[in-house]
Amino acid sequence: MSQVPSNLKYTAEHEWVRIEGNDAVIGITDFAQDALTDVVWVELPETGVSVSEMEACGSVESVKSVSEIYAPIAGEITEVNESLEDSPEQINEDPYGNGWIWRMTVSDASQLDDLMDAVAYSAQLGE
Amino acid sequence: MSDLFQFNGAKGTGWSQPDPMIKNAYDTIPSSLRRSNLPRWPRASEPELVRHYTWLSQRNFGIDTGFYPLGSCTMKHNPRLNERIVQLPGIDRIHPLQPDHQIQGLLSIYYEMQEMLEVCSGMDQVTLQPVAGAQGEFTAIRCIQEYHRSRGQENRNKVIVPDSAHGTNPASAAMCGYDIVEIPSASNGCLDLDALRAAVGDDTAAMMITNPSTLGIFEPEIAEAAEIVHNAGGQMYYDGANFNAILGKTDPGRMGFDAVHYNLHKTFSQPHGGGGPGSGPIGVKSHLADFLPAPIADRESIDGDGVTGDGYRYFWRDPSRTIGKVQQWHGNAGAVVRAWAFYRRYGYELERMSEHAVLNANYLRHRIMNPDSDTLNSIPVMPKDGAPAEIVKHEFTLNMTPLKETIGVTGKDVAKRLLDYGYMAPTLYFPQIVPECLMFEPTETESKDVLDKFAEDFLKILTEDPEIVKTAPHDTKVRRVDEVLAARSLVLRHPLNDE
Repeated sequence: MSQVPSNLKYTAEHEWVRIEGNDAVIGITDFAQDALTDVVWVELPETGVSVSEMEACGSVESVKSVSEIYAPIAGEITEVNESLEDSPEQINEDPYGNGWIWRMTVSDASQLDDLMDAVAYSAQLGE
Repeated sequence: MSDLFQFNGAKGTGWSQPDPMIKNAYDTIPSSLRRSNLPRWPRASEPELVRHYTWLSQRNFGIDTGFYPLGSCTMKHNPRLNERIVQLPGIDRIHPLQPDHQIQGLLSIYYEMQEMLEVCSGMDQVTLQPVAGAQGEFTAIRCIQEYHRSRGQENRNKVIVPDSAHGTNPASAAMCGYDIVEIPSASNGCLDLDALRAAVGDDTAAMMITNPSTLGIFEPEIAEAAEIVHNAGGQMYYDGANFNAILGKTDPGRMGFDAVHYNLHKTFSQPHGGGGPGSGPIGVKSHLADFLPAPIADRESIDGDGVTGDGYRYFWRDPSRTIGKVQQWHGNAGAVVRAWAFYRRYGYELERMSEHAVLNANYLRHRIMNPDSDTLNSIPVMPKDGAPAEIVKHEFTLNMTPLKETIGVTGKDVAKRLLDYGYMAPTLYFPQIVPECLMFEPTETESKDVLDKFAEDFLKILTEDPEIVKTAPHDTKVRRVDEVLAARSLVLRHPLNDE
């Protein structure tokens, strides 16, 4: 059973969103990292770039496959987790902590309402 | 480990360079561009060189050493007749720059192959230039792009692919500058027409799809899908990777496609694997024909002059609005000739090839998924079908999730264990819409005995101690490699100059 922390929001694409003040922090879920297996490379977005909802911003490559990461909401990328460039395994080891991928502003707070809560996401996983 | 660069015989062994034809040629090169040390080329004698490559070949696994059910790759037996034909002096002793009148034989083979591919696919014009399926995809999408531009429709900037597509489809379209729109499959793994209707519009350039799909299932609503895309003004592109399942039964032209690529190395046999050598011709409907890469083979009628014997003069022709060349010379001529030999050898019997490919896939799937009760009782947990289809085409998928969840054995572990039994593993973790996917394509050239033995061995692996499976392979020359290390610490060149 994969972990689904109750304080986060989720997307159907197995990404999580943590609201911190006016910002949102993005990563991939425990289920996603387990399905991908060992992550070997993370393509990070550029900071200062404005992205629209569901725009592909980067990718996570494992020994098994490459998956795009989408912006769950619209906003501007303000910070990326550069430590993933040297230690992509943090996504496997700590997907909700050190494995965070980027931080962004929230341009339209109403888009947050479209995201799933932990109960709905767990239901999607069938757990 | 045998490394060619470790051979270090006497100076001059293995290679020598002729004196330059121009006197003082060396002095004409600026000193800043001259190398300070001689390259450390291997100095192997002929027997050493032969032994090196023989050693490498003995560590290799191929269709000539064992069963190779690698899904989507169509690893069939390569008839040796093809090799005799391709080694005829009129074919393998010619140069691509020779004038047309000296290569009438090869040109006639090219012309005939173009025609035969047009017939089996329902297309109007074929080019044999692309040397791989993905290059064929790129070529066809470029032709479609020029077609839209010629009609003043530069606004068409999106290419639609289903989520079960081969990864090369979105990659080829992206190489042409298109944005990719991925549509989800329906719950049965087939095309979701509602999702397609929602995706098409004034900006649709094309849809790329393989049929049968990567799940090995024939798309029952392909004609409707083509109508939806055409009504929106888009073009339909057929990925021919799975042609082996339908040849002689139906064709992409009838399904409503405008362009198609063929993998000659798969469908029409040619030794391949490890990246080549391949041949990925494309065929198009007449409205796209003027954009094809140059040149294509053509012919004109002549009064019997006794030169070529068949009453035609063959020549290279450039299509009027060609996109240019996608490959130097005339594509992979050796692969084209082998495929031509295969096609000519079987002719209309190619229909039986598809029948046997489909029969073999369904038989193997049935044997694996319906073991006798004794075997079934000894297996702690069975895989699931990758797609809920009663009948598949030339390949099928299994979902190994039940094993992963109950005994911790992944699809990869089973694939690795198959190597110990002397098989190539099936395709692993593709298509991605099937979790823990294994994808099998036995091809038409395997006998019932081979399939029975494989099914028996596969089921036996499911009864084994999970630890044995998880640590496989045990009996291969190289044990399980560290894929994570290999991917994170890439070594892409020989450390030749570091010493």
